[in-house]
Amino acid sequence: MYVAAKGGEKAIRNAHKLLAKRRRGNENLPSVTLEQIASQLSLAVDRVMAEGSLYDTHLAALAIKQARGDLIEAIFLIRAFRTTLPRFGASQPLDTGEMLVRRRVSATFKDLPGGQLLGPTFDYTHRLLDTSLAVADQAGEVDDEANAAPALSDAVDAASKMPRVTDLIGAEGLIEASPADLGEEPFDITRAPVSFPVDRATRLQTLARGDEGYLLALGYSTQRGYARSHPFVGEIRFGDVEVILDVPELGFPVSIGEVQVTECQMVNQFKGSATEPPQFTRGYGLVFGQCERKAMSMALVERALRWAELGEEPGAPAQDEEFVLSHCDNVQATGFVEHLKLPHYVDFQAELDLVRRMRAEASAKSAADEMKEAAE
Amino acid sequence: MPNDSKNSNDHNEIAARQAALATLACARRDELESMLAHLAPLPVAGDLRPAEVGLVMLRGRTGGDGAPFNLGEATVSRAAIRVEGGATGFGYRLGRDVAAARHGALIDALWQDAGRRGAVEAALAPVRARLAAEARTVRAETAATKVDFFTLVRGED
Repeated sequence: MYVAAKGGEKAIRNAHKLLAKRRRGNENLPSVTLEQIASQLSLAVDRVMAEGSLYDTHLAALAIKQARGDLIEAIFLIRAFRTTLPRFGASQPLDTGEMLVRRRVSATFKDLPGGQLLGPTFDYTHRLLDTSLAVADQAGEVDDEANAAPALSDAVDAASKMPRVTDLIGAEGLIEASPADLGEEPFDITRAPVSFPVDRATRLQTLARGDEGYLLALGYSTQRGYARSHPFVGEIRFGDVEVILDVPELGFPVSIGEVQVTECQMVNQFKGSATEPPQFTRGYGLVFGQCERKAMSMALVERALRWAELGEEPGAPAQDEEFVLSHCDNVQATGFVEHLKLPHYVDFQAELDLVRRMRAEASAKSAADEMKEAAE
Repeated sequence: MPNDSKNSNDHNEIAARQAALATLACARRDELESMLAHLAPLPVAGDLRPAEVGLVMLRGRTGGDGAPFNLGEATVSRAAIRVEGGATGFGYRLGRDVAAARHGALIDALWQDAGRRGAVEAALAPVRARLAAEARTVRAETAATKVDFFTLVRGED
């Protein structure tokens, strides 16, 4: 139980002033701009947008600056901000098949239409610290070749379609189809309380805003044998997708701009069941921004949570829907963990009295026992 | 003659207006300002609804092509204006730039005036060219990272 405490206004005011000073750091250095954060720390911005569940690069950059780089604090700020705005509606589902692809790889099919496009990736780097980045004058930071306008071949110029891998092999029937769109409104965890068990759409929404580290650990656990599902990366793609909104006053849908998303199609082994032939099953990950680790982890966990539907043995942590989904939100988690710092004096005083009373009773009892033994 | 979209059955016209609105949604504020400067003199216009910022829930599809789910929200600015003479223009765009949304709504209203449409389309051209060039650069940069993985075949015969 939490009982309100009064007082400390001056100390709190001064603490916040000190926080602002520490956040600013050395005043001889220029203050970091939101444009710098958005452009040079873009993956931090992407993570804040994904877990803050609000796509707005400028706001995410502001939150990161205000939070001194504490991304969970920044995510908290974004979540708080979103509650101040009205909702205009819901977009049409994003069409990742029409993505302007910036990266696209498949670990299962080497010759896929459109090809394997590495894009801006840390993969295959040597993970050696690059000391040239420590130099303040950053001439030469970008390779001249990367800066030169790339040769535009006609083949590149033609906006070549890049079908999703699952669409390609799905035709053979070796891989399960996506659940059909029955025209139902998907459940929205931000509008209605969740009660378990939940449907797949609710799981996906919850996982999409879930903590990357938490989902990474759970995804990892499935690889290590806790709900093993033999995953392969069917495809990962990252790029720009158009947002299309049905505007009632216009009477037709309009494009309102583009957002960047990462999509992961995990393909998993499945032995078949009484009603289904042996085929590959799927786990799906979709995340705002370039968040590949998160999209992959989400797909692994999403697949593990489908155990009942696929007739698999339960028992692993990643399969426990209520446990997984109830603890993946880092804003809820940090709120409850960190509230322990706040004054609990009344609570603790009650506990202290209780412990004293118990001790008094225990020592009275042992004194009585000793007397009894001595008497005997 | 101003065109009321609600009564318009002309699919080509709707498609053309959708294309114009899509470009306006991606145009930077300075581009919209320069378009309006080119389109002067501008008619008197009033807010049908004050420009405002809100949220749109972005949806995805399970497996990329299946049943929809709620992915997360995005900030959106919108404006609705009416120019003297009747045409109503709408501006919807991602982000919180309400001034840009209002500029877009005004240009949408001008587009609906058949006498001005040609000028509006001409003013949209440089924005379209910029967006196309940026997409082309992304495709070319990405294409330069295309890799051909090959598996080694064991010489068994």
